[in-house]
Amino acid sequence: MDSLLDLIGGVLLVMGTGFLFLGGLGLVRMPDLFNRIQVGTKATTLGTILTLVGAIFLHPEWGLKLALIGLFLLFTNPLSSQVLARAAHRIGIKQSPATKVDRLIELPWRRP
Amino acid sequence: MRIGREKVVLFATILLFWVLLNGTLALDSLLVGLLASFVITILYRDGFSPFTEFRATPAGFWAAGCFLLYFSKELVRSNLKLAAIVLSPSLPINPGIIKVRTTLKSRMGRLLLANSITLTPGTLTVQLEEEWLYIHWVTVEATDIDSATAQIVAGYETYLEVMYG
Repeated sequence: MDSLLDLIGGVLLVMGTGFLFLGGLGLVRMPDLFNRIQVGTKATTLGTILTLVGAIFLHPEWGLKLALIGLFLLFTNPLSSQVLARAAHRIGIKQSPATKVDRLIELPWRRP
Repeated sequence: MRIGREKVVLFATILLFWVLLNGTLALDSLLVGLLASFVITILYRDGFSPFTEFRATPAGFWAAGCFLLYFSKELVRSNLKLAAIVLSPSLPINPGIIKVRTTLKSRMGRLLLANSITLTPGTLTVQLEEEWLYIHWVTVEATDIDSATAQIVAGYETYLEVMYG
């Protein structure tokens, strides 16, 4: 039974690090800041959560605290991305030439 | 009186997290927790926590459960989709910032909606302006407000509507 839990935990840890690696790869490959934030947010959220769940399988007695960390992550991770993206747009960070539309420009506080 | 109730909810939420993180109900740690929660609650002008405007009815809890399941599914789907984009040599992206509209009225409902959108397939909330959300989309599939709203917002709104209104 113990070795089965260890196995599941190990597999989850590897999957988590896999997603974190893809996130890192995305940061290098994406053309502009907004797309980078996108991969950065999503891959790290799922990657970290999978890592935490894997750790829960390896150390069930830490379960509650690790679950709480996951919950905080779900609330704070997207929030910081949103703030970063908004600040970047406000100061007029260049967007990739592939960008199709930008409806945020219509807001009054946006400098031309 | 409304503010008073929100402060009590915030205080209880912080204290709950404190107790869970400490994993003990010993008197000394509980006293420190009470004091810290009290100070934080006083410092916040408007008490605001995930339970602030939550409708604690059976339907509300049921919707919260469904919301969590739907959200987990979308989170995994979003990661697989972005992984496919990142790994494909041609990098098939089609980015843009579009605008959608929400019918949610409560602050917490809108905040959760914005957060959920950020964690789901290829979308990132950039700005929340009253009922309008400006969303960066890696692969823009619809530029007009109505069809974009149907694609991005509608899935979450049905649950959040019941939970927060």
